Amino acid sequence: MHPARQKKLIRWVLILTALSLALGLILYALKQNINLFYTPTELLNAHIQNGQVVRLGGYVGQHSVHYAMTGRSVSFVVTDKKHQISIQYQGVLPTLFREGQGVVITGRFDSSHQFIADQVLAKHDENYMPAILKKSLQGQTA
Amino acid sequence: MFQRFQQQFLSLKNFYFITRYFLPWIAIAFFVTASYGVIDGLFFAPADYQQGNAFRIIYVHVPSAFTAMAIYFVMAASALLTLVWRTKMAAICMSVSARIGVWFTLLALVTGSLWGKPMWGTWWIWDARLTSVLILLFLYIGFIALQSVIAEVQTRDRASAILALLGVINLPIIHYSVIWWNTLHQGPTLSRFARPAIANSMLWPLLSMIAAFLLFYVWILLLRMRNQIILRERKSLWVQELMA
Repeated sequence: MHPARQKKLIRWVLILTALSLALGLILYALKQNINLFYTPTELLNAHIQNGQVVRLGGYVGQHSVHYAMTGRSVSFVVTDKKHQISIQYQGVLPTLFREGQGVVITGRFDSSHQFIADQVLAKHDENYMPAILKKSLQGQTA
Repeated sequence: MFQRFQQQFLSLKNFYFITRYFLPWIAIAFFVTASYGVIDGLFFAPADYQQGNAFRIIYVHVPSAFTAMAIYFVMAASALLTLVWRTKMAAICMSVSARIGVWFTLLALVTGSLWGKPMWGTWWIWDARLTSVLILLFLYIGFIALQSVIAEVQTRDRASAILALLGVINLPIIHYSVIWWNTLHQGPTLSRFARPAIANSMLWPLLSMIAAFLLFYVWILLLRMRNQIILRERKSLWVQELMA
């Protein structure tokens, strides 16, 4: 290769490498801020003040969903298989909301340290399968 | 050595005449893959166990997102060729690709938003995946905007090539965003090494649509590159003879 061209190529590769390294370090340092939500374990360790708005993500605990008799209140538990946080929410739940399903909740702890949710979003995984296949898979693990 | 190869096979004039024979086949391949993908994906693939029929937007959303990133990669590679080898063909490919890629990125964001509202419960969220794809859109728009303010061709090619090349760092960030960080967007369904996390009956039309979108890009890319070549080389003899 032409020596001037080789120098240019090396220069651009070096610039890109240096930039990637710098960006990588910045993103690593900012990891907590780039994460969309706390997990229940992280939230319990983070000592959030009452009233501070945070996002919490995890799974809806099995047999934990209770709908109030009046109004649109619902209470459930968000778990990451290690710790759980009980949630109270008043509002419309997404269609995919159900026990065992992933959720991302925006809310805050109130004065009695009960987590009040302002927004509940459903998070689904990357698996796509027909209903028949799902039923047979559940039959195998049941 | 590459210089000789470039002069013999990658000359703008040869490219113009050779692509004339390729183009109809690329167009036919596009129509075949798109037809199969749309018909099988929309009508015959079974509904998803939890998302129902709404999951079928995957047949537009995933191919457009994949194509948007693939186009940027081609753009960045062309940018490197432009900067190091000063290849006119690369500069033309880069400039043309940007104006195609921006639309696929926009399509990915819009279809994703339409999909997110019923499934997640929101049109938008600032998680790592969505934000980094939005940044990809800004890179495309910024590239086109930068090109539009520089009148002189060589300076324009070099300056915009630098922007395209540096922005390529965004591509691995987009790809790994759902793995490195907590996001609302789910992880990858298709990956090179793992088995696909999607049933085969749903997978085949998806792969066909990805191929169709890529073929569409190549088709439009070649068509527009031919126009750009005529424009850039309008003073040369072979173009004058062609236009006569």
